[in-house]
Amino acid sequence: MKLRKVTAASAAVIALALTATACGEGAAEKDAKGPEGGKGKITVGIKFDQPGIGQKTPQGYAGFDVDVAKFVAKELGYSEDQIEWKESKSADRENMLSRGDVDFIAASYSINDEREAKVDFAGPYLLAHQDLLVRADDDSIKSPEDLNSKKLCSVTGSTSAQNVKEKLAPKAQLQEYPTYSACLTGLQNGAVDALTTDDSILAGYAAQDSFKGKFKLTGLKLSNENYGIGVKEGSDLKAKINSALEKMVSDGAWEKAVAAHFGPANYKNEPAPKIGDIKK
Amino acid sequence: MFDFLEGYDLLGAFWATVQLTVYSAIGSLIWGTLLAGMRVGPVPLMRAFGTAYVNFVRNIPLTVIILFSSLGLYQTLGVDLGGDGIVQVISFRLSVLGLIVYTSAFVCEALRSGINTVPVGQAEAARALGLNFGQVLRLIVLPQAFRAAVAPLANVLIALTKNTTVAAVIGVAEASLLMKEMIENEAQLVLIGAVFAFGFVCLTLPTGLLMGLLGKKVAVKR
Repeated sequence: MKLRKVTAASAAVIALALTATACGEGAAEKDAKGPEGGKGKITVGIKFDQPGIGQKTPQGYAGFDVDVAKFVAKELGYSEDQIEWKESKSADRENMLSRGDVDFIAASYSINDEREAKVDFAGPYLLAHQDLLVRADDDSIKSPEDLNSKKLCSVTGSTSAQNVKEKLAPKAQLQEYPTYSACLTGLQNGAVDALTTDDSILAGYAAQDSFKGKFKLTGLKLSNENYGIGVKEGSDLKAKINSALEKMVSDGAWEKAVAAHFGPANYKNEPAPKIGDIKK
Repeated sequence: MFDFLEGYDLLGAFWATVQLTVYSAIGSLIWGTLLAGMRVGPVPLMRAFGTAYVNFVRNIPLTVIILFSSLGLYQTLGVDLGGDGIVQVISFRLSVLGLIVYTSAFVCEALRSGINTVPVGQAEAARALGLNFGQVLRLIVLPQAFRAAVAPLANVLIALTKNTTVAAVIGVAEASLLMKEMIENEAQLVLIGAVFAFGFVCLTLPTGLLMGLLGKKVAVKR
């Protein structure tokens, strides 16, 4: 009897936990009329906290992903003021798409098999690599092997952090913090030697006014990250977004956006990837 | 359905959670008892310190305390708690320190409520026998106070178990950090969340039941 009470109690607890998470995510308002709504709005998921990629500023939203999203939305027939921006944190992205909270997501969203099983990807529109950001006067990291004696910093649980732990430099010391900005403090005062994640994100940080000239990228290509635009599985948006991306590259808007957002950090970008060409 | 669990050291992560809990529980029990002693003691300065500490610390979010111990104590002030420059060890010790600092405020208050259940006559009788304050506290009041405080202390212990997840913000490889990694890789938010919620229930339910039994067994019958 006692035992049954315990099982019942734990079942209730789990059920509660499940409904609680479900509510938290479902609470987002569903005012999006859908992409075919004509005069309606289009809802786009971006990152709010990555300078250079997608950042919420007092003046509005800025970043490479934001420019791509604006271009794509324009090609789909929406003007800039018809775009409703939503923050899509890494862990939420698949759910936001499958629930229909957003029409598409451009948020440094690398294409991988697990994610492709849940959502469809248009693009890729940018080929990024995992790279290292070091102090401008530090020349000691020339190959991945040099990392084993270094202290690295990355965001808790991110793909880049796991890459370091498992593949690149298992002997390196990894400090994980919740945000890249927390890592930058340590990098500035010497508590860590390098900050690691996608070079596009690092370039965005290094290009910030307050950090100009203090940090540099090492240019090591430690992994391939193919940024794609996520859409709901089976959505007919995929083809339209793909042609929009092709147009963005062919009429030079892509080059301009790259130069504007990543240029100041001495970041050598890869040429625009072909649609569907995913580099493993 | 659960094949996404493959290749992850789930037990290892929860073991780290258990270690964090046990070390912090021992530390905060000791420091919390000392604080409670200060708060009921005869020296005004110590009373003031105890009151100030409790009211200050329990009103700071734990995340801030833990982040400060890493960014402030370690990275800026260079306090590494004998971690020998190994980031993982330092982070673990710093988060135990942060958890102790935070949890002991709650332990102190739980104990103080236990002390209040001991009839004043007990302390008066002890003093009449010639015991000094330390002896009254150690031999007469605290043993009875602990027996009355088992239930609120169980609450604190369960809260502590769950609070250890905050250690992930400075990169201690415990359960919630593994959860973040898995969510990043597997795109299975709800299922992974459920697995970890269940893991924590497995830790805290027995704690609650055992402490409940203990509380019944040692309760002072009045």
